[in-house]
Amino acid sequence: MSIYKHGLQLTPGGHFTDTYKQVLTEAGGFTKSVTGLTMLWNSLILGLGFAIGKIVISMLAAYAIVYFRFPLGTFFFWIIFSTLLLPLEVRILPSYEIVQGLGMANTYTGLIVPLIASATGTFYFRQFFKSVPDELVEAARIDGAGPLKFFIDILVPLSKTMIAAIFIIMFVFGWNQYLWPTLITTDESLFTLVRGMKQILQVWIGAQIPDTNQAMALAVLAMLPPVLIVVIFQSWFVKGLVESEK
Amino acid sequence: MAGIKLNTLRKIYAGNVEAVKGISIDIQDGEFIVLVGPSGCGKSTLLRMVAGLETITDGELFIGDRLVNNVEPADRDIAMVFQNYALYPHMSVYNNLAYGLKNRNIPKDEIEKRVRKAAEILEIGDFLDRKPRQLSGGQRQRVAMGRAIVREPAAFLFDEPLSNLDAKLRVQMRMEIKKLQKELGTTSLYVTHDQLEAMTLADRLVVLSGGEVEQIGSPIDVYEKPASTFVATFIGSPAMNLLPLTKQGSDWKLDNGATVDVKLNTDLSDLILGVRPEDLVIEELSEKFDTGLHTALTVNVVEPVGAESYVHGTIGEGSVDVVVRAPGKLHFEPGQILKVTAKPEKLHTFDTKTGKRIEVQGALEAA
Ligand SMILES: Nc1ncnc2c1ncn2[C@@H]1O[C@H](COP(=O)(O)OP(=O)(O)OP(=O)(O)O)[C@@H](O)[C@H]1O
Ligand SMILES: [Mg+2]
Repeated sequence: MSIYKHGLQLTPGGHFTDTYKQVLTEAGGFTKSVTGLTMLWNSLILGLGFAIGKIVISMLAAYAIVYFRFPLGTFFFWIIFSTLLLPLEVRILPSYEIVQGLGMANTYTGLIVPLIASATGTFYFRQFFKSVPDELVEAARIDGAGPLKFFIDILVPLSKTMIAAIFIIMFVFGWNQYLWPTLITTDESLFTLVRGMKQILQVWIGAQIPDTNQAMALAVLAMLPPVLIVVIFQSWFVKGLVESEK
Repeated sequence: MAGIKLNTLRKIYAGNVEAVKGISIDIQDGEFIVLVGPSGCGKSTLLRMVAGLETITDGELFIGDRLVNNVEPADRDIAMVFQNYALYPHMSVYNNLAYGLKNRNIPKDEIEKRVRKAAEILEIGDFLDRKPRQLSGGQRQRVAMGRAIVREPAAFLFDEPLSNLDAKLRVQMRMEIKKLQKELGTTSLYVTHDQLEAMTLADRLVVLSGGEVEQIGSPIDVYEKPASTFVATFIGSPAMNLLPLTKQGSDWKLDNGATVDVKLNTDLSDLILGVRPEDLVIEELSEKFDTGLHTALTVNVVEPVGAESYVHGTIGEGSVDVVVRAPGKLHFEPGQILKVTAKPEKLHTFDTKTGKRIEVQGALEAA
């Protein structure tokens, strides 16, 4: 309550543990069915699912584009590439239609899959694969590595740092998604942290004062995992930028 | 182990570029063949067709008795050493050597045995746990060789494997490759544009130009009897001197009027005379003879390289640069006039139009 009397404070108030405990374990929201822990979990699934899904899909797509000749390959690449120009917000209505039509609203699948469908990752991986020297590919061919073996034994390990970099970017991006989860999840048990935070601050109805302390606690919780991810992976990230393994 | 037979191999790249125009070579089992030629002559293309990395447009390729035109590279029983080594950057040296064997499902202890043996031969045993980036260029080169050796293939294919090394290391590795090839007795096909490397390594040289074979032969044969002006100037450094030679009456004369006493069996009246810098000797330093070539040379530039000097000069108006290899201890002044001679058996003659060799029969007087 003190935030409304004294403005923002620099030091934690006296209810530090209380607030976090309450936020994490006590059910909130309209239906009183979702705890902070659930939201944290949902966010994590969204972030991880999105990042991993994106990496897998875009690596495979980039692999196909770079190493296999198929009719109109370049044409398809540019089609995919042009979707880069369209952010999620532009295609959000058709996406919603489709997901809704497929009955995937209020599911993790519906939450994650449409977000994955964009070309950023494909583009990065394509550029990276193109920089892998042809002689390496040929050496592997002579060493008897077929397409799948080459991908798993050579391309993936070589892309390690690239994967880490994209993982960071995509995890944070997925974690911070707001608009799409808001649209596609009406079931509170699927709410993400970012979404839940909004929920708390939105209850300014009548004499009810928002639980700002809870919102703030959630905000901190929402910030922590991306920060952790960046800190954990940053040495890889920097390594990938500094030393070229080729 | 096996021989390799190339039967009128052709390669036409997209865009109708004919990089290899029907080349036939019969490579014996255990032979060291070097493909040499200027940049863009199709050496790599030919080698890569043998490796299976490039499709064969036309012709037949046999490794041993097997027609391998449509066989995958991995199944051709060959191993290739690349110019930039092409080691797997994320694998240790050991795994770099073992990878191809693992893919062939060779038992673990057999792999271990082969890798250790190759590492011992190449003296890379101490680096087996390192990554390629922790090795020097020469060491990487050895690892690349090791990867070829452990396969125990029918043939080694090398595409300019030494061109990323510094001059000294290149000479050292050159000798090691030769020694190793003799020890293992593995048929080898080696591509280079360095004629010295080609001469020192080859059992037989294949000189290529514009996608065609100019000459096949032992290094000495190619050096002593170049089949064309192209081979004559490409093999040997400094290059062979080429001078126009015309028939006047019954004599063959140079542009400066000097008579060249050679017997030639030809109806042509315009030829090209070739003489190597070391066969062009300063008259005072040599025994007396009247046959062959005798001419005056005006010195322009002297390049001392220690034991010998290359004396560049001209033989009269509009003459091309003529190089004489002289003992290093002699002193020459620009403008000085030297008398140089060459014996008839040291002279080469070529058809002006086709560039093809015409055999010198000896001296007129002796005949
Ligand atoms: N993939 C390709 N597509 C079209 N043309 C090609 C291709 N690869 C090579 N060529 C052409 O084929 C010819 C022979 O090339 P190749 O690489 O065999 O030359 P090289 O003798 O190995 O030369 P270098 O000494 O420079 O390596 C060249 O004219 C080259 O431009
Ligand atoms: Mg080449």
